[in-house]
Amino acid sequence: MNLLSSLSPAYAEIFLLVMVSAILIVDLFIVNYTKTLTYLLVQISLLGCSLITVATHEDGIVHMFHHMFVDDLMSDVLKLLTYLSVSMMLVYSRSYLMARGLFTGEFLALVLFATLGMMVMISASNFLSLYLGLELLALSLYALVALQRDSAIATESAMKYFILGAMASGFLLYGMSMLYGATGSLDVNNVADVIRHGTPNKPLLVFGLAFVVAGLAFKLGAVPFHMWVPDVYHGAPTAMTMFIGSAPKLAAFAFVMRILVEAMQPLMVDWSGMLMILAVLSMAVGNITAIAQTNIKRMFAYSTIAHMGFMLVGILSGTIEGYGSAMFYAVVYVLMSLGGFGMIMLLSREGFEADTLNDFKGLNQRSPWLAFMMLLLMFSMAGVPPTVGFYAKFSVLNAAVQAGHLPLVVMAVLFSLIGAFYYLRIVKLMYFDAPESHEKLYIQPDSSLLISINGLAVLILGILPNTLMSVCAVSVQQSLLH
Amino acid sequence: MIFGYPLLSAAIWLPILFGLLVLATGNDRNARMARIIALVGAVLGFLVTIPLYTGFDRMTSDMQFVEMKDWIVRFNIHYHLGVDGISVLFVLLNSFFTPLVVIAGWQVIEKRVAQYMAAFLIMSGLVNGVFVALDAMLFYVFWEAMLIPMFIIIGVWGGPNRVYAALKFFLYTLLGSLLMLVALLYLYHKSGGSFEILDFHHMAMPSLTAQILVFIAFFMAFSVKVPMFPVHTWLPDAHVEAPTGGSVVLAAIMLKVGAYGFIRFSMPITPDASHYLAPVMIALSLIAVVYIGLVALTQADMKKLVAYSSISHMGFVTLGFFIFNAYGMEGALLQMISHGFISGALFLCIGVLYDRVHSRQIVDYGGVANKMPVFAAFFMLFAMANSGLPGTSGFVGEFMVIMGAVKANFWFAFAAASTLIFGAAYTLWMYKRVIFGAVANDHVAHLRDIGSREKLVFVILAITVLGMGLYPLPFADIMHASVNDLLVHLATPKVLN
Repeated sequence: MNLLSSLSPAYAEIFLLVMVSAILIVDLFIVNYTKTLTYLLVQISLLGCSLITVATHEDGIVHMFHHMFVDDLMSDVLKLLTYLSVSMMLVYSRSYLMARGLFTGEFLALVLFATLGMMVMISASNFLSLYLGLELLALSLYALVALQRDSAIATESAMKYFILGAMASGFLLYGMSMLYGATGSLDVNNVADVIRHGTPNKPLLVFGLAFVVAGLAFKLGAVPFHMWVPDVYHGAPTAMTMFIGSAPKLAAFAFVMRILVEAMQPLMVDWSGMLMILAVLSMAVGNITAIAQTNIKRMFAYSTIAHMGFMLVGILSGTIEGYGSAMFYAVVYVLMSLGGFGMIMLLSREGFEADTLNDFKGLNQRSPWLAFMMLLLMFSMAGVPPTVGFYAKFSVLNAAVQAGHLPLVVMAVLFSLIGAFYYLRIVKLMYFDAPESHEKLYIQPDSSLLISINGLAVLILGILPNTLMSVCAVSVQQSLLH
Repeated sequence: MIFGYPLLSAAIWLPILFGLLVLATGNDRNARMARIIALVGAVLGFLVTIPLYTGFDRMTSDMQFVEMKDWIVRFNIHYHLGVDGISVLFVLLNSFFTPLVVIAGWQVIEKRVAQYMAAFLIMSGLVNGVFVALDAMLFYVFWEAMLIPMFIIIGVWGGPNRVYAALKFFLYTLLGSLLMLVALLYLYHKSGGSFEILDFHHMAMPSLTAQILVFIAFFMAFSVKVPMFPVHTWLPDAHVEAPTGGSVVLAAIMLKVGAYGFIRFSMPITPDASHYLAPVMIALSLIAVVYIGLVALTQADMKKLVAYSSISHMGFVTLGFFIFNAYGMEGALLQMISHGFISGALFLCIGVLYDRVHSRQIVDYGGVANKMPVFAAFFMLFAMANSGLPGTSGFVGEFMVIMGAVKANFWFAFAAASTLIFGAAYTLWMYKRVIFGAVANDHVAHLRDIGSREKLVFVILAITVLGMGLYPLPFADIMHASVNDLLVHLATPKVLN
């Protein structure tokens, strides 16, 4: 009994693992093509996880498994948001995947394994557990992208994703091994202590740091390590793109927090310079290249790169304020990205991917409500008030100003102006152009409700951003108190 | 607050709520209902702002009708509203124009009526928000948000080249706004964590350089909106492509927002930089007045002509601001109000012609007076007002600015006064070619005179233009205290050491 209760911070992970295993077996016995039961079980597992996470919440920071695993406010908040976005992703993609014969038990199980991977990443406090979580997530994602076996473009992008992802993991491991060599520890807090108080081998430490940052940049898709992003976003079935573009960004944020902030805060001078280069390049390349795209998934890919650059601006500020704003940015980005990809899936139907910009022409005439939701999402991505995307940019810029990075802020602002152009173009296509087809849109009631909630959330959180902002700021603050 | 009602909140949210209500009427089958709800909302929106004028205390420069609530606690951002003698006039001007725009678009707009009406109502509320916000972030949110409906209005109901114009409009104005955001963040940190505009007014800045940088960031935002030479090029495009109602709101309201920004932000927050850069501002203003006035002379398109005329007249406004005396300042403010009435009326006149003939080219007209005598009379009045005829509102502001300019420097006044000649030349020449002469072609021969709906709009505008021209005191006396306060701010150096 004592053992069981001591495991309580990890109940959610354990529960999810049990559920995935059960679902894998149950699914074998279900011949039903629609997989309704499996789908419901998956949603129930996610709901269960959220309940457990809330129920097992404890104030303060709890370590367990020999300091491998940590439970703090930030991890709980990020996990809850992860469940939510995975669940939303499943609702959006159900009919899309069913029309393509991809709504299989494997898909659902892989999604849950990826979720488990993210949870481990979010709660890891040791380089090894971080890495384990990361690889569980990455392997599931590789397989998800490759799930559409008969599509040449999907297999190709899975291949690219796998090779570049493996290389990034290699970088990370190499960097971590050097950090281990320099500090003699893999534990996040120990590493920080040794760097702060001990006498580590500084060149080795910085060398390791450079590799770790490169690996992180790969995973985040920051320029110049971004090459895989457009191909994978474009090639993968839209549902998988949505998955890659949403919840894992939260996990990636946690990863950056654990490894750069918690373990290597004393080296901030070194990594904030590196992040600055990554951030500026990402914002520049992402925003400028996105303009030239005709495929909306590719466009979103480049826009993701730019958004990650913006998030890095928050982190490189190196203040609690900055980390909080970066977390807020990540959360808001996930919300917008779910809506954006959700819209692509809503407009597509069997044998037709609504993935070129022209497919959005005249949407206002075909469905004013959907067009309005997309308008909100696009203005939010562009960072125009009163949508929540504005506050994401605002809080990040505010942190950067506070940290004295005024030139960086001006640059970020100019690049986001360039970025506004391609978001506006979507609005232009929807509202100012005539539709290419007048075919009626058939939209499942659940996804249509969800897109409305998603779009209105972007607006309502924009009008009343206080709560979400404070939640992010407070949770980062709490988890950094040792 | 008056009778316990938050009037300023009502001025913002009532039109927006009605806008949403109009949207909810759905597609064009319910167009009639959409129009009626829109009109009711617009008229109510105007009525709730009247107590702002009648209940205004003219003796003080303090903010009145103040409302204050927490909004984003984390960044110390408040929902803080209030008006002084300057902003109250603009709130009234804006609310006054909304019903006129709704009536003007009554029959003209046939496609997506509900969306059209809703866009104007929502924009009206947002613009009121800009004028009454006392928290810089709140101001910024309204400032940016009002771009969205305008973007849609130009792009959906505009002319053939509307997409280009809409994108240009949006990106130009967004560029300026983003730099203003950076300046606001800087001020936020310098002030120790406050976004209150009034706190900024009383805050010293570390150096003149810092002030100048802040001034330039604000300048980018406001000069684009005014628009000042050389960032004016979006305005003719936007005007030409926008539907009539869009042009009216652009000229009558949107341009004022930029000038208002100079008064509320640039001049009181960075007075030393304002003084330092005043020669540049005056030069740009005079270029706008003279050069753009000449450009207006050569226009073949009526809307373009009035658009350039607007830029020229707004040059007068910025000139009045940056000569730093009471005549100039009050003249500029009166000029803003009057230009709102006149340019709005002129765009409505052009809209009337365009609805019937579907051309805005001057050469396509001639002899309109023969077929539309009533219209020609109204058009005559507004054309005269635009050229600054005494007795019309156009004269008051220009005259005061010129008086102020004489005090500052004779040559400023000399250059500025040339507008009286150019303005008369381009306006009256256009008027002559369009209205007088023999009936030019079949289109003109088949013209019908204006109906009662259009007449109503023109009568209202004619009364205001004449009323303000003959008796400007009600407009001027409400702003005295606030203008004096502003001049005191401008005279106080705000640089540390």
